[in-house]
Amino acid sequence: MKTISKDSLDKIIGYLKYKGYKVIGPSVRDGAIIYDEISCIEDLPAGWGDEQEAGHYRLRKRNDGALFGYAAGPQSWKKFLFPGKLKLWEAEKNSKGFEITPANGQFPKYAFIGVRSCELHAVFIQDKVFNNGMFSDTYYNKIRKNIFIAAVNCAEAGKTCFCVSMKTGPKAEEGYDIALTEIINQDEHYFVVDEGTPKGSELMEQIESLTSTEEQLAAADDALKNAESNMGRTLETDGIKSLLYKNHANTVWDQIAKRCLSCANCTMVCPTCFCSNVEDVTDLSGDHTERWRTWDSCFNLDYSKVAGGNFRTSIKARYRQWMTHKLASWIDQFGISGCVGCGRCITWCPVGIDITKEVSNIRKSLKN
Amino acid sequence: MIPRQVRVKKIFWETEDVFTLELVSEDYPMSEFYFRPGQFNMLYAFGVGEAAISISSDSAKKNSILHSIHKVGYVTNALSKLKKGDVIGIRGPFGKAWPLEEIKGYDICIMAGGIGLAPLRPSIYYILKHRKQYGKFTLLYGARSPRDMLYPVELEQWAKKHDIHIETIVDRADSMWRGQVGVVTELIDYAELDPERTRSMVCGPEIMMKYSIDELKKNGLNEDQIYLSLERNMKCALGFCGHCQYGPSFVCKEGPVFNFSKVKDIFEIREL
Repeated sequence: MKTISKDSLDKIIGYLKYKGYKVIGPSVRDGAIIYDEISCIEDLPAGWGDEQEAGHYRLRKRNDGALFGYAAGPQSWKKFLFPGKLKLWEAEKNSKGFEITPANGQFPKYAFIGVRSCELHAVFIQDKVFNNGMFSDTYYNKIRKNIFIAAVNCAEAGKTCFCVSMKTGPKAEEGYDIALTEIINQDEHYFVVDEGTPKGSELMEQIESLTSTEEQLAAADDALKNAESNMGRTLETDGIKSLLYKNHANTVWDQIAKRCLSCANCTMVCPTCFCSNVEDVTDLSGDHTERWRTWDSCFNLDYSKVAGGNFRTSIKARYRQWMTHKLASWIDQFGISGCVGCGRCITWCPVGIDITKEVSNIRKSLKN
Repeated sequence: MIPRQVRVKKIFWETEDVFTLELVSEDYPMSEFYFRPGQFNMLYAFGVGEAAISISSDSAKKNSILHSIHKVGYVTNALSKLKKGDVIGIRGPFGKAWPLEEIKGYDICIMAGGIGLAPLRPSIYYILKHRKQYGKFTLLYGARSPRDMLYPVELEQWAKKHDIHIETIVDRADSMWRGQVGVVTELIDYAELDPERTRSMVCGPEIMMKYSIDELKKNGLNEDQIYLSLERNMKCALGFCGHCQYGPSFVCKEGPVFNFSKVKDIFEIREL
């Protein structure tokens, strides 16, 4: 383990840029922490934290100048690997019929700064989705292959966090090039750095660092323990697959449906939701057409529509599909739960529907 | 995955709202379009979009492929307006096929409703071509009305020239209809099923499949002796877009043909 000063993080960003990476990190925008291109340490949300609850998100000023003193915001890294809108191909009418040209593939080389452990797990999950054994998604895999990941361990947990329940955090255990733990005390602000790959070590060779002292390691450990013991939520995962499979007719779904607006927010903020639609867009001449892939959601009415009817017209069925997929059928499909416990779906639900609470409501309904 | 261009060799109407497209390729060898009975293609109408359509031709036919299409949505509407020589896009074939190898040696009972006969036709061709490798072969087919019956000429020819027992039935008869009136499940007694020796393939509207499966089970068939083909919304056919999820399965990859034992627990859950 190595220790670097706060300012050395700026050098890390600089080095990654020099190496040709498009560096992406957290920034404050429109009253939230979002992920976008950053060029220096000043772009990071220094001194910003957040307060989160079901249906509630506010930034709040911290008094310690922490660069990563916030919990997961509305965006996740999936927007870079699996963009919300992606042109797949275009076609032009010609004398033979039409000619299709694949979209001019640009595959940026990204460096992600500030990936939380839960988010890292979300990437691992989408790795399985977009390489499903039969087919692999070109765009996702080309980007994925080249990303540099600087994980940041959580020193605090948000009120809607439950990574401990999902066994996805708060400590980043694998899959990163470097992992940072931010330590702030009365007179110091530094990072303890773990090198996860040769790529990460190569970077660290360029950065001024010291071998971490026992004290610093203990501080990093304490930070993680603090996050671990302050999870805002818990989700009881024991036997969850059969619980949901067996309870498709539970009245809890009716109760949720009364509140759910079917707005799809939960699926948009979810770092693992992967559903997409394709849209064919034709110009006015009718000779040129483009196919775009866009994020879709199982909450949209059209999602299950076939020409002869619709398989899920009720909101109840759509919510049930989402939650059962996330926590149960995902396990059958990919051998892993689709939930990483980041809590985004709880925070960003406009009516505050809480996935952890609904699971416990189903459990409670069986006891009565 | 990018669609490949194929040309419409022929378009003809089977019924008032079902038409068949015969497709050929000039740019690719037709061997690239070989399929197994029960698989489907994504057909693309320029500027309009794609629809998942099962293949309804003889899989041994090497020079063209046929799709019988129910004109019901905007893509199939656009496809219905094609003319000979027009070009469309195609991706595929996708999906699991009917288990024609596994069910060799058994009596076969096919139950089809309406357009559901289209994805089964390649299996019928196959079994008739390899007739000796199967036992008794029965086709029970129901349609809304005599005019909605698919492939009536072929049905007659099969019955005349081949060793296949065909029974048809319609919901509503017209003045010309001399056959039976009712639903397809009413035909099951004609099949004289020997439950242990029988394997069944079912395709049609879900409600028709439900009652057909009930009837097959009443006649002694086990769940794992029954196969069915399901329809769901499909955008990618690659297991990425999520639309075709049916419980834990992606219908595009693990279906459209399922052994009934795999879906029996979820088959009757509404809006799953």
